[in-house]
Amino acid sequence: MYTPLTPDERQAMLQAIGVERIEDLFADVPARYRYPKLNLPPAMSEMEVTAEMQNLAEANLTVQDFITFLGAGAYHHYIPAAVDHILRRGEFYTAYTPYQPEVSQGTLHAIFEFQSLVCALTGMETANASMYDGATAVAEAVNMAYHVFRGKRPKAVLSSALHPQYLATVHTYYDASDREIVVPHEGDPTPGPDALIEAIDERTSLVMVQYPDFLGRVYDLSALAQAAHDKGALFGVAVNPLALGLLKPPGDFGADIVTAEGQPLGIPLSFGGPYLGLFATRKKYVRKMAGRIVGETVDTRGQRAYVLTLTAREQHIRRARATSNICTNNALMALAATVYLGLLGKDGLRKVAEINYHKAHYAAQRLASLEGYELAFPEVPFFNEFTLKTPLPVAEINRRLLDYGILGGYDLAQDFPHLDRHMLIAVTEMNSKDQIDLLASALDEIARDAAA
Amino acid sequence: MSEQIKIREPLLVELSSPGRRGVRFPESDVPPAALPAGLVREDLPLPELSEVDVVRHYTRLSQFNHAVDIDFYPLGSCTMKYNPKVNEDMARLPGFAHVHPLQPEETVQGALAVMYYLQEYLKEITGLAGVSLQPAAGAHGELTGVLIIRAYHRSRGDARRNKILVPDSAHGTNPASSAMSGMRVVEIPSDARGNIDLAKLKAECDDTLAGLMITNPNTLGLFEEHIEEVVQAVHEAGGLVYGDGANLNALLGVARFGDMGFDVVHLNLHKTFSTPHGGGGPGSGPVAVAEHLVDFLPGPIAEIVDHDPDDDTPVFGLVMPKRSIGRVKAFYGHFGVMVRALTYILTLGAEGLRQVAEDAVLNANYLRVMLQDTYHIPYNRLCKHEFVAEGRWEDAPGVRALDISKRLMDFGFHPPTNYFPLIVHEALMIEPTETESKRTLDAFIAAMKQIAREARENPQVLHEAPHTTPFGRVDEVKAARELVLTWFDWAK
Amino acid sequence: MSWKVPAHLKYTKNDEWINPADGTVGITDYAQAQLSDVVYVEITVSEGDEVAQGDIVATVESVKAAADVYAPVSGTVVAINDELADTPEVVNSDPYGDAWMVRLEIANPEELDGLMDAAAYEKYCEEREH
Repeated sequence: MYTPLTPDERQAMLQAIGVERIEDLFADVPARYRYPKLNLPPAMSEMEVTAEMQNLAEANLTVQDFITFLGAGAYHHYIPAAVDHILRRGEFYTAYTPYQPEVSQGTLHAIFEFQSLVCALTGMETANASMYDGATAVAEAVNMAYHVFRGKRPKAVLSSALHPQYLATVHTYYDASDREIVVPHEGDPTPGPDALIEAIDERTSLVMVQYPDFLGRVYDLSALAQAAHDKGALFGVAVNPLALGLLKPPGDFGADIVTAEGQPLGIPLSFGGPYLGLFATRKKYVRKMAGRIVGETVDTRGQRAYVLTLTAREQHIRRARATSNICTNNALMALAATVYLGLLGKDGLRKVAEINYHKAHYAAQRLASLEGYELAFPEVPFFNEFTLKTPLPVAEINRRLLDYGILGGYDLAQDFPHLDRHMLIAVTEMNSKDQIDLLASALDEIARDAAA
Repeated sequence: MSEQIKIREPLLVELSSPGRRGVRFPESDVPPAALPAGLVREDLPLPELSEVDVVRHYTRLSQFNHAVDIDFYPLGSCTMKYNPKVNEDMARLPGFAHVHPLQPEETVQGALAVMYYLQEYLKEITGLAGVSLQPAAGAHGELTGVLIIRAYHRSRGDARRNKILVPDSAHGTNPASSAMSGMRVVEIPSDARGNIDLAKLKAECDDTLAGLMITNPNTLGLFEEHIEEVVQAVHEAGGLVYGDGANLNALLGVARFGDMGFDVVHLNLHKTFSTPHGGGGPGSGPVAVAEHLVDFLPGPIAEIVDHDPDDDTPVFGLVMPKRSIGRVKAFYGHFGVMVRALTYILTLGAEGLRQVAEDAVLNANYLRVMLQDTYHIPYNRLCKHEFVAEGRWEDAPGVRALDISKRLMDFGFHPPTNYFPLIVHEALMIEPTETESKRTLDAFIAAMKQIAREARENPQVLHEAPHTTPFGRVDEVKAARELVLTWFDWAK
Repeated sequence: MSWKVPAHLKYTKNDEWINPADGTVGITDYAQAQLSDVVYVEITVSEGDEVAQGDIVATVESVKAAADVYAPVSGTVVAINDELADTPEVVNSDPYGDAWMVRLEIANPEELDGLMDAAAYEKYCEEREH
């Protein structure tokens, strides 16, 4: 199927090599290990495998089968048709990392555009070619800040309102190392950004928050940025990139590092991955930033061209002295985000961000007016996601909502037991007014049934 | 930009026209809310294009790339095999592509089944006891593996074990991943046959040894001839053996890491299991471990948590291993890549996988033997999936491996890996994979021989190569000194 | 091949030079040739820092390689060459002049005796070419 050699060709090649049988090519493998019997299903034709995989796919309910209000770090957005058509070009998806610039200008050029668009969006000066996802991008921010101060500031102060899976990832990376990961009020995401100020000191390399935070809240972060800079620390912000179609970019209020989960920019939910880590910083820190970077130059024919640059930072040259081990990034997902931003452009991104904002605010106002429900943070601005206090445990409500064909919001009790009646609700351009109204009447009915 | 510089394809920002749009969204059907005072951005400096601008731009750009779908891509250690098209279609089935990672488990039984069966099949293929699919790429899998090794030693109160041994033939990620997890890296030299120097290895096997990271077959494409002694030496000193599965393509169905005594390995689904490289990701780097490390795996992982009382079909759930090192990224890993890999394994079955390894090794040895009289091959013995030749000759003093690589582009081939492994001068690391026909290999051999002749007779044609590609050699020094990294850098 | 090896300097096995007369430190002509086009120099110490023999004082990057520069002897950093950040190419064009990296106040002059003189260093470079 995917192995084109014929038996005759194999024989001719064996003869050229000077061995009799294929098995002779494995003579250096100790005999007792050779040819284990693998207990795998028998090979299938393309027709059979398609049927098999379709069966598995159909065993799932999708966000298209439901009315979806679930977000919490992964969002249901519209993806213009052209995005996947570009991604399906074999010239892009069957190429490797663009090490040979003469035959990789397509990928290199697109990455340069990606870096530029990420800077446009975040208000930063330089960006890398992408990272794995939003969580690992935060972990790399911690690492970068540590190296900016050459290890002399071992402490990173992280907001308890960062996505709990991002915090968990940072802990896994560094808990047993000489980095100190300090999360004031860890386990309680409700305190605002001021709650971090006390923990910032001269040993702090990085202060990092999320914007909007995990509970959907949007704070003015300039005072926190100032507090970090007063102690000489870097200020990092993990963003929802779609929100930056509307909200002030972190570069405007003093961010030194901006990371993001890029999934909202044209990448399907795909049960959690592959997504896209965005990473941007100030140009003076570019050499401490991990990941691939593309720069502009010229070729021998006088043509503008692009090339991987600053490679002496990377693991294949520095080996154990490299600041990070990352090599493969998520280039194809970066291409998706680049095409998405190219298609939406200046007006389109602002427009879709505003639609998200208005729909979420309509939903918040409708739901808060229901008996037994209220907004957890009525005074704090939000973008497309907000926290609703509910009269019943969220798990119970969500079970009932499935009967209405509704995929309810995220149950915050899964991460924060004391927020056992708090639902994180995401509303996007995919939700019509009718859907929001249906959610409101369903929640109302569920509360009334319980009271009765 | 200076005016003499020719622009072959504009950037998005240069194609932009004020007021142009590529996508229209429906008008909002809810009453507008007041925008948050003081938090709204003033300017959004994105380009403005139509759909046709964007599609033509990226279609033209795509034509500047070499890719597996175009021609031979013998990039050593990268396993640039053909990426089956059905895998792409399967990953895009709505039931996979449009599933939210935080949906209730009862609504994602098919997705969990994909993860579960892939875990099971990878266990069977590696001969190991547990698998986590969470790591996003090979290097991420390495970091995960080293964190598991550290957690294991610490769980036994053995915290002083902080030394990781890495052969000098190893890929640079091995030492970088070890250092990143707070380990001390000690390099072990290779011997004259390309094996690990056993005496030097044994000298480092003391009570600070955390583990050995070994790539087998190694980056010379050679099977480690003393694998049993190596594993035994590390285990006797109380260390663990980490296998870098980057080169598993050579051993599919032929030998298993678990049987050889490896404790933890990572696999590259984007190499061995045919998922596309995507121009540099997304990859997927699952980690497989032996029984004593199963509880340390990152999670959550998919397990059978129950059986349907009516028909006894399994019910899948997500479970965090008991003493897990924690999660290494958000959610469960690159699920879309898992779908492709599972499709591939189901398509091939056990015999098909063995055929992959056999043909990959046959192709590599055929190239090696056919080129060995033309190119010096420093460790010239039976190779596995790849081999390393020297790209230099005494009677062609000015010619370097890079010149050979660039000249290969004129024949329509992607160059081999250059300058790696570090232990071979002017290295050309060649990995044909199993998906190439004899006809393609013969054309490559002819090109390599012609280049060797040109190196003596007309070296200029090599120094000036490539000639037929859309772009010539680029000025890397200018790129690194001037650092134009976005179009906003132009103004400065 | 031949490389410039000024007679009045002392040399390390790691290809640094030090001028015993004024304590300036840099990398040798041989080292710059091995690195090829230098694109970046970062001085990793500040004026007033105490360094021990063998401590890293700078990092030099070319397109294909990176090298750390170590203090040839112990001492106090009395000056650093800030200009190299903007003109890394002088490491290639003038390794013993404008491309000095740090100036040390030498703590133990006897440490200089352990370094190579020009003749020994020249031989050391030639040996490595084979």
